[in-house]
Amino acid sequence: MPAPLDTTEKIAAYAHPDRLVSTGWLAEHLHDEDVVVVESDEDVLLYETGHIPGAVKVDWHTDLNDPDLRDYLDGKGFAQLLGSKGISRDTTVVLYGDKNNWWAAYSAWVFTLFGHEDVRLLDGGRGKWIAEGRETTTDVPAPEPVEYPVVERDDETIRAFKEDVLAHLGNGPLVDIRSPQEFTGERLHIPDYPEEGVLRGGHIPTARNVPWATAVAGDGTYKSREELEAIYQEGGLGLSTDDDVITYCRIGERSSHTWFALTYLLGFDKVRNYDGSWTEWGNAVRVPIVKGAEPGQVPARV
Amino acid sequence: MTDDAATELPPVLAEIRDDFLALGERDRLQLLLEFSRELPDLPARYQNSPGLLERVEECQSPVRAFAEVESGAVHLYATAPPEAPTTRGFASILAQGLDGLTPEQALAVPDDYPFTIGLTNAVSPLRLNGMTGILLRAKRQIREQVAAG
Repeated sequence: MPAPLDTTEKIAAYAHPDRLVSTGWLAEHLHDEDVVVVESDEDVLLYETGHIPGAVKVDWHTDLNDPDLRDYLDGKGFAQLLGSKGISRDTTVVLYGDKNNWWAAYSAWVFTLFGHEDVRLLDGGRGKWIAEGRETTTDVPAPEPVEYPVVERDDETIRAFKEDVLAHLGNGPLVDIRSPQEFTGERLHIPDYPEEGVLRGGHIPTARNVPWATAVAGDGTYKSREELEAIYQEGGLGLSTDDDVITYCRIGERSSHTWFALTYLLGFDKVRNYDGSWTEWGNAVRVPIVKGAEPGQVPARV
Repeated sequence: MTDDAATELPPVLAEIRDDFLALGERDRLQLLLEFSRELPDLPARYQNSPGLLERVEECQSPVRAFAEVESGAVHLYATAPPEAPTTRGFASILAQGLDGLTPEQALAVPDDYPFTIGLTNAVSPLRLNGMTGILLRAKRQIREQVAAG
């Protein structure tokens, strides 16, 4: 049985009000039998320093990635992971994390690749919960393992690969949610930069730059539906909810945050996240890039 | 890991590595957490002039650090916010491991030290790059001070 919805005015106004909960709602439903709270952070140790009571940890790097394939878990691995966290197929999962929920949104996206139906984000994430002085604990729960079905990952509906992006050029909007300096290509050369780097700076041709943080209010929550519409739709970026949109960033985490906003808060029908993002595109052989502030043209030969 | 590498490594860094490797993966995270708590506060002169510290861009979290050579001995000073315990742990390992070494000893620490202490799976390679970033910067700062005499 899915948990009840958060009916606060702000959340009820979104296109899919079943996808976001406020800190107040979570405090009330923390111990509901069908709710499992999951923390996903950028910092792999942050959960250990204290977390929302009862919350389990899912780490994007070490839990959700297959180290050998450079891909996400397969259906079997996902079933094993979720089962071990006490999550069954009809559990209401509430995700939250640090850095304005970047990694929580990334986890929500991965959970959605496997079609987990009831995935919600905690509006404002870890930062807001703590800022409000709400309870945290270092007690790590030991959930009773449950059976989670093996579901094949759907890599088409909300995920874009490099080839999909190439085919998309000139056919639909691309939203680059990185910082303006990353978009123009100005920021790349970093002294002493270790292995993980990108050869070229710039953006994917035709991409428009709307940094992810544009969607965030001062307290780390998503802006209201009206404000988000003004950013992404008429009067702003000019997108329509029936546009076929691809979002990307550096490795796909910040663009998951935008994917979430477009899909669930504004009700876009088809938003795909290109998780290879600039780390792949900026290094890939024979793919075009554009430098500078302008979106640029579709290259003649792609 | 060869015996040669083990003998060349300064004793504190070798001990830290061995302590991590003696633990299972889950406990390694706990040890890293302990290191994060041990990161000392900055000396007053850095607290008053944070500009002396250099931002380590490779770390996802804001960490500022500076390796200082004083009377022939190296000291690494670093600061990172409490909400970045992993980064604090990385800085703390290097601060303890490099402390008191001669510049030559510090410069001889292998650049891949962070990848030899058993954290690659527990923490992820991408995150460990942050620790490499702190180490490489520290070595550059040491070289610059040695060159300047």
